[in-house]
Amino acid sequence: MILINCPYCGERDQSEFSNGGEAHVARPENSENLNDKEWGQYVFYRDNPKGIFYERWVHSHGCRKWFNAVRNTSTDEILAIYKLNENPPSKESFTNTLKTPSGEPKVGSGNFTVKK
Amino acid sequence: MKKKYSIFTLIKNAFSNNENWQKMWKSPEPKKTYDIIVVGGGGHGLGTAYYLAKEHGIKNIAVIEKGWIGSGNTGRNTTIIRSNYLWNESAFLYDHSVKLWENLSQELNYNMMFSQRGVMNLAHNEHDIKEMKRRISANRLNGLDTQWLETKDIKRLVPIMNTDNLRYPVLGAAFQRRGGVARHDAVAWGFAMRADEMGVDIIQNCEVHSIKTKNGKVEGVKTSKGFISAKKVAVVASGHTSVLAKTAGVRLPLQSRPLQALVSEPIKPVINTVVMSNAVHAYVSQSDKGELVIGAGTDGYNSFTQRGGYDVIEETVRAIVELYPIFGKMKMLRQWGGIVDICPDASPIISKCEVKGLYFNCGWGTGGFKATPGSANVFAHTVANDEPHKINAAFNLERFSDGRLIDEHGAAAVAH
Repeated sequence: MILINCPYCGERDQSEFSNGGEAHVARPENSENLNDKEWGQYVFYRDNPKGIFYERWVHSHGCRKWFNAVRNTSTDEILAIYKLNENPPSKESFTNTLKTPSGEPKVGSGNFTVKK
Repeated sequence: MKKKYSIFTLIKNAFSNNENWQKMWKSPEPKKTYDIIVVGGGGHGLGTAYYLAKEHGIKNIAVIEKGWIGSGNTGRNTTIIRSNYLWNESAFLYDHSVKLWENLSQELNYNMMFSQRGVMNLAHNEHDIKEMKRRISANRLNGLDTQWLETKDIKRLVPIMNTDNLRYPVLGAAFQRRGGVARHDAVAWGFAMRADEMGVDIIQNCEVHSIKTKNGKVEGVKTSKGFISAKKVAVVASGHTSVLAKTAGVRLPLQSRPLQALVSEPIKPVINTVVMSNAVHAYVSQSDKGELVIGAGTDGYNSFTQRGGYDVIEETVRAIVELYPIFGKMKMLRQWGGIVDICPDASPIISKCEVKGLYFNCGWGTGGFKATPGSANVFAHTVANDEPHKINAAFNLERFSDGRLIDEHGAAAVAH
């Protein structure tokens, strides 16, 4: 269970929110020139990293506003939350807790709050 | 030496305190090079190695597993087996698997504890009834044994079910008698043992860090035990498949999410079939130990935490208690999560890719266990011949650009 700090309402339980998948996926502007493969990439393919992930959330059972978050998908730790009109924080400002692409974090999910 | 299991070996070993059982498989150090490396030692991966050795005569194979074999989703599911899928492609694929399940104990001489106790999908409203009757008709046209049950038939099969005194009354069900459950460890161990006998190296506690490619051709894998070269690499790493694919520069349309299950304290037999309900989001069966095995849904966001959110279990348990009021005071013993890789159309990918010699068997999402032998069988064919078997030809990667999706979102008992 995650607590998410809605930039409009404050900290609420994750069950109040809905996830909108990967953030910053722009609709291609030249869609009439795209071939099937390129269009398929836009429609069906999304990043799925283990580690630092930029994603969208909407506070569906609250203010119903969208915002972005940066989360470590290997621990579920939320690293940053920013509004849609704000610039995303750079990836370099976060440290990935994984040594290998498919490795496990030293401290597992949910436990990071206890260890800190 | 071929290991045989029978009532006589059981008795013999009981007299020696079960201390003289042979090891089921060797744990060798990896060789420098293999013909085929299978990444992922779950049921699907071990089965792939088994069928490659048995049906395609390739013996120089390694199965590389990050933990111990069967420790991933093979050991984290609810062991339900069925093939009542709507579309032709899925019906053929999943029924291929059910048919293999039916003979697997004999074929491997290892008890799969495969129990065809039937799988029931409940209908709670007018739409459910119409949708399920359509599915039953589609299934019957494909030679599957799905049938419609009225509420009184359901009551006869599962007397403890509350069918009328609840918010979403039970109005009927689709029932597949050939469906059922099997022992999850047995399928991994059985395939591992027989593959090992044919010369397959099963390498445990060895993590694949990346897949090495050169000029669009696969060269091998970098692991925690060093580089191992291979002519072909077959990736069957469920939730982590897209992470590994990325190291080879391949993008897959997968999203990884935790899927949870839980079991109760053991009780006397009360439910002798598998009951699923898509609408109220609950499915339950009873294990041979007497525990109720309950499957919850996936979390609503990508994660690799093998844990899952409590609200997801709460929703499922709420529905279970309403359907079966007698479970109201039971205690749950264990809960766990597995990372499932979900495709946009909720159907798997069993396919070649743009890198030569690199194959993927992934995207099984919330329902991979039932497909274990069938998936392994057609994947072995795909890897050995560099061409898909006719059963898995439709489950290719091209469908995400040519639009021939196999939409099975309605087939699962859990939301994803």
